[in-house]
Amino acid sequence: MSEATEPGRSPSVSPEDGGRVPSAASDGAGTPSATPEDGGAAGRRVSRRGLFGLGAAGAAVVGAGAVAASSLFDEQPVAHASSTSDPYPFYGQHQAGIVTPAQDRLHFVAFDVTTEKRAELVDLLQEWTAAAARLTQGKESGSFGAVGGAPEAAPDDTGEALGLPASGLTLTIGFGPSLFDDRFGLAAKRPAALADLPKFPGEQLIPEISGGDICVQACAHDPQVAVHAIRNLARIGFGRVSVRWSQLGFGRTSSTSRAQTTPRNLMGFKDGTNNMKLEDAGLLRDQLWAAAQDGSAWMAGGSYMVTRKIRMMIETWDRTSLLEQEQIIGRDKGEGAPLGKKAEFDTLDFAAKGSDGQPVIAADAHVRLAHPSFHGNAHLLRRGYNFVDGSDGLGRLDAGLFFIAYQRDPRKQFVPVQLKLAKIDPLNEYIKHVSSGLFAVPPGVRDAGDYWGRTLFE
Amino acid sequence: MRTVIQLTFGALALAGLTACGSGAAPAPASSSAPAKPGKIAVAATDTECKVAASEVAAGTTTFAITNGGAKVTEFYVYAPGDRVMAEVENIVPGLTRELIAELPAGAYETACKPGMVGKGIRNPLKVTGEHKKLTADAKLAEAVASYKRYVKSQSDTLLVKTQEFVDAVKAGKIDEAKALFPVSRTYWERIEPVAEIFGDLDPAIDGREADLAEGEEWTGFHKIEKDLWIHKDVSKSGPMADKLMADVKTIVEKANAAELTPLNLANGAKELLDEVATGKITGEEDIWSHTDLWDFAANLQGSKAAVQSLRPVLEERAPDLVKTLDEQFAAAEAALEVHRKGDGWQLHNELSKAELKTLSDAINALGEPISKIAPVVAK
Repeated sequence: MSEATEPGRSPSVSPEDGGRVPSAASDGAGTPSATPEDGGAAGRRVSRRGLFGLGAAGAAVVGAGAVAASSLFDEQPVAHASSTSDPYPFYGQHQAGIVTPAQDRLHFVAFDVTTEKRAELVDLLQEWTAAAARLTQGKESGSFGAVGGAPEAAPDDTGEALGLPASGLTLTIGFGPSLFDDRFGLAAKRPAALADLPKFPGEQLIPEISGGDICVQACAHDPQVAVHAIRNLARIGFGRVSVRWSQLGFGRTSSTSRAQTTPRNLMGFKDGTNNMKLEDAGLLRDQLWAAAQDGSAWMAGGSYMVTRKIRMMIETWDRTSLLEQEQIIGRDKGEGAPLGKKAEFDTLDFAAKGSDGQPVIAADAHVRLAHPSFHGNAHLLRRGYNFVDGSDGLGRLDAGLFFIAYQRDPRKQFVPVQLKLAKIDPLNEYIKHVSSGLFAVPPGVRDAGDYWGRTLFE
Repeated sequence: MRTVIQLTFGALALAGLTACGSGAAPAPASSSAPAKPGKIAVAATDTECKVAASEVAAGTTTFAITNGGAKVTEFYVYAPGDRVMAEVENIVPGLTRELIAELPAGAYETACKPGMVGKGIRNPLKVTGEHKKLTADAKLAEAVASYKRYVKSQSDTLLVKTQEFVDAVKAGKIDEAKALFPVSRTYWERIEPVAEIFGDLDPAIDGREADLAEGEEWTGFHKIEKDLWIHKDVSKSGPMADKLMADVKTIVEKANAAELTPLNLANGAKELLDEVATGKITGEEDIWSHTDLWDFAANLQGSKAAVQSLRPVLEERAPDLVKTLDEQFAAAEAALEVHRKGDGWQLHNELSKAELKTLSDAINALGEPISKIAPVVAK
């Protein structure tokens, strides 16, 4: 692979360009494939970043997770980037951005498909995949970039990420139920697990910021990098898709790896202590990844994403006593320990009674209502973010949690848990669900010859 | 590709290039081909467009269009992709106007547009005989010449319609002036990028109240718009109307004298869509009359005219782009067509947010490929 900048062959992004993104996979085109380390380093040399934070080994990724994209070891843990500026591999059995250790920032977008031609949609997915393969490695979205094209031409990259490192950017695509209608002949391919969510008590969903045919979740350590990615994908999509809604998030509210500390949501509580983690290989196999035998072979290695924008009435919450806050949640605010215990990761004891004979963790405490032991061991991989969308004109911050959860089957996981919470969780006094999304997240892109959603369309 | 010479009201609008082998076309090979007629009569009504010939020899053809209908009509000769080869606008009922078109061999369509809307009543027109291939430079020069013809025809009508609007305002005929406001602006909005070359005049003619700095004098269309729709009083608007007419006359003279380049055309096409995206979709342009969709349609038409002038160059250098542009122009036109109402359009405040989003999507979809024209013509 050349270490020079990419030759300006054509302004259009093609999968071949994407193939320049380091991958250890042999693309079968007779080009010698790079080793991940070499590829990673080369990826840097042609990137917008110059030689940011290049380690002595020149490795873009470290650890055993630098897996060849073509070697599909089941349950291969995701590489831990050596720093927040490094890239994660784009190619793999699963899409990055699910068990990837949750980055600090989010830009989430839902699109409606506006073209009526299946071939145009497939073209777009291929163009997007090529751009995503480049962007996640810290490169520009087009082969000319922000300043390398003709002066008379609009640049093929918007430019605001010039000089910024990859920042751990992951781009994860999902397909909403509305895509599986008669427009593109996908009705028969709609997975059973992608059943419309029921109406949950108390939700006040705004249709304009709910649903969507296709979503893209961009997570990165730098908000500018996440926004840049979504902005360029939206631009590539004009005429074929239209932005339906989007959401910025800051401050992850879940850990997805034991290597991470548990962050806090805007209620001030640690969130995601009991989350599924990437180290829980068996649990991920059972609870996170869809399998061919689930009924939709094209989804094997994929997962199902539920998004809920949850507005928090933080002003009233903040006026609530510490005691009541802790009883509502079922954990102490400082440590995040289960009530009656000392440390965050101490086991929840739902049977424990206090001196008054009442359960130490209240019958309607949030942690009890949501706990897998009360839902047939149904887990979720939560990956939510805090949001503050300015203020609401009534002197209050428009703030809350943009909840994202991945699972193998929402009908058995998110839906029963949320039905229970919506009915009796005292937290409902302080929160309001205002948007909802449900997406089938296809398996990963194997190599430069593959594309997002290929298994669905071929 | 040879040039087209167009006659409007007997005023000769000369193209930038002279045609080769004008009237003396070689005898057509096919015996069925007609000899060159003196003039081809076009009988236009509100429902018909009878063109006396469907085949002519390459070179100069004169059409004589008689409007026997009750609606004002227009007559066009289109090359593929609705590229205007020649046109005459504003043929009022009872009038006959002539159009001289210089047409190389090829397949064309003629169109009458009763009521000046829609695709019009089309007839095929075959042109047979020899025609020389132009060099790339000549093609670009012809693109500019073709667009300048468009500017000329639009600006001629702009003068007529603005005068009618101004007269109605000065006569205190509020309803008539209100009806003429979006119509006169149509001809303005189609060629606005050319007008924008002349810094001070554009804001004097088209400035919005919101654009003014503290203490600046406000003149032009929108000032009168506010008098008509908000104050409902034009008794003091006479001087303002006279100033508008004077400014429009000045800008028309300058626009027709302006030296344009192919890049001006490409960038103008983009700027017109930017206008739609930033001003018309939002309803900020005609904030009191809500006639933004008239401006929207005119911007779109003007953008298309500039693009189609460049079409021969684009077809040679970027055929895929031409295909995309055709598709996206058609999609944008279809999205707008939904909102047609009588001889005009729905008002901006009658559209839902979802309807505006559909229009916005169509403009974004068209704007991206249009932004790719400039580097192609700059090659």
